[in-house]
Amino acid sequence: MRKKQSFFLLPYLLWIILFVIAPMVLIVGYSLTNSQGHFSLQNFTLFFSKGTFIGMMLNSFWYALLITFFCLLISYPAALALTRLKNQQFWLMLVILPTWINLLLKAYAFIGIFSRDGMVNQFLHLFGLGPAEIMFTDFAFIFVATYIEIPFMIMPIYNSLKEIDPALISASSDLGANFWQTFRYVIWPLSWPGVESGIQAIFIPSLSLFMLTRLIGGNRVITLGTAVEEYFLTTMNWNMGSTIGVILIVLMTIVMVLTSRKQHKKEIKL
Amino acid sequence: MKKILTASAIILLVCLGLYWGAQKLDSSSGGSASSKKDLIIYNWGDYIDPDLITKFEKKTGYHVIYETFDSNEAMYTKIKQGGTSYDIAVPSDYMITKLRKDNLLEKIDTSKLSNFKYIGKQFLHKSFDVKNEYSVPYFWGTLGIVYNDRYVKPGEIKKWDDLWKKKYRDQILLVDSARDMMGVALISLGYSVNDTNSKHLAQAKAKLDKLGQNVKAIVADELKMYMVQNEAWIGVTYSGEAATMMSENSHIHYYVPSEGSNLWFDNIVIPKTAKNKKAAYEFINFMLEAKNAAQNAEYIGYATPNLAAQKILPKSVRNDKQFYPPMSTLKNLEVYEDLPSSKVQEYNDLFLEFKMYARN
Repeated sequence: MRKKQSFFLLPYLLWIILFVIAPMVLIVGYSLTNSQGHFSLQNFTLFFSKGTFIGMMLNSFWYALLITFFCLLISYPAALALTRLKNQQFWLMLVILPTWINLLLKAYAFIGIFSRDGMVNQFLHLFGLGPAEIMFTDFAFIFVATYIEIPFMIMPIYNSLKEIDPALISASSDLGANFWQTFRYVIWPLSWPGVESGIQAIFIPSLSLFMLTRLIGGNRVITLGTAVEEYFLTTMNWNMGSTIGVILIVLMTIVMVLTSRKQHKKEIKL
Repeated sequence: MKKILTASAIILLVCLGLYWGAQKLDSSSGGSASSKKDLIIYNWGDYIDPDLITKFEKKTGYHVIYETFDSNEAMYTKIKQGGTSYDIAVPSDYMITKLRKDNLLEKIDTSKLSNFKYIGKQFLHKSFDVKNEYSVPYFWGTLGIVYNDRYVKPGEIKKWDDLWKKKYRDQILLVDSARDMMGVALISLGYSVNDTNSKHLAQAKAKLDKLGQNVKAIVADELKMYMVQNEAWIGVTYSGEAATMMSENSHIHYYVPSEGSNLWFDNIVIPKTAKNKKAAYEFINFMLEAKNAAQNAEYIGYATPNLAAQKILPKSVRNDKQFYPPMSTLKNLEVYEDLPSSKVQEYNDLFLEFKMYARN
């Protein structure tokens, strides 16, 4: 029986080896060699000795943090409200719908909205307010990134909120807790797994955003993703590009570990 | 059990299939079954007047297969991998050097081209093909400044240094290319665009840093759209891009500072993969004919190196100093040389650092 079970894993294993393990090995391999193909740690020493890379890393972290924070700020109340609506499937559909549209299209649409003659400025114009410079600002970049990531935050939070037994909430208010106390001590802790996977789903990809940094941020926002693109495509220095890739992987692992420390799942049944 | 086996087999088959498909795609382009009557041209997208191809086919009886690429690197890869049989390709200057070094180009005997004499002397013997043995100039252009006359008066910007003026704060768009932007800084300091002295490069980067306050954004192809939509006053870009912008917004003008800039070329070459050299020669000679070169230049809007063609072009085009800069400017323009990869890295690292701290 045992043997048979492991046999069932074969296709999955094959997939993992070909498309997960092999590329990882290649990236690590490239990062540990110099341009002549000899083993060397010079890429890593260069990364940590150069202020530019450290600055870029902090930049990436800071922007990813901001994007995740704003996503959470909007998504949690939204998910909570969703669980109380009729026709939830319909509303959920509306949340997911934007993810069916290509990222680039959404970015270009925002160029139209934020530009000098765009919708926002035309609206401001109605009140006699001057054209505001919105394109290529931190605000524009974080706004668009947040907009794009929000569905990925709402979904897991919504799912974990749905899993909470409504009886628990009734019990909490029966015992005299007000809304805030119920939220603080019952809803929030029980929905934490959803928040956690939401944070992971957003923070990690946000670390290496690069298309938006140019289209919306006008390259005034530089993240490690920009550097990876440059090293692979412009200078064809795959070794340094891979090194940055490895460092991104390590950063992401750290984030994963930090956000999922409390792994024991809380399950309360009445 | 059986299902599992099938599933694994399917994954493997898909992998093999993709691999085979990729191989097939690579080799089918360039037509492996080319006959003596076929001429396979590999050119940039929308970079020839299609009427000229029809005319060539009618005149010579050859059947033209026209394929396009969107970057020099993509073209290089395809020619290098083999399996293609392009008779004609149109790479840019630095890529000609690279192709030549990798021994991927056929020599072109210009004495066999009766119309070669029309090409202006100033467009020959450039660093990428000193003896002019491998390439024939197709179009040329410059790197310069586009500005919108609603915000910037014509004549206000005369030299690169003018971009650093305080009044252009937050109004300049730069093209996201290390070589070009470092080049601008190098020229403004009086150095060559091909300078490899690390001290000079550091100076150029420091100078770029000072431009940071005036930079609105560092973008790629979107630059055209932003300039056309009056989003910024000034942009630094290529003459070819400028021509497109000007056709869409009459307020836009182009200027090449006389102190110097980059001069770029797209030249016709015959790759080693060519199967029909006779047709290739006939095609090159056909394109060099004054009438045809002029027709092509009018269609594309770039500057032609064909002096006889320049004479036929309408006066408004031929005397347009924006695209045909005067000799006094022309003599200061430099072609990019193929730099060693360590230097390319240095240019790019400095530029990345500039982008990092360009925010005000």
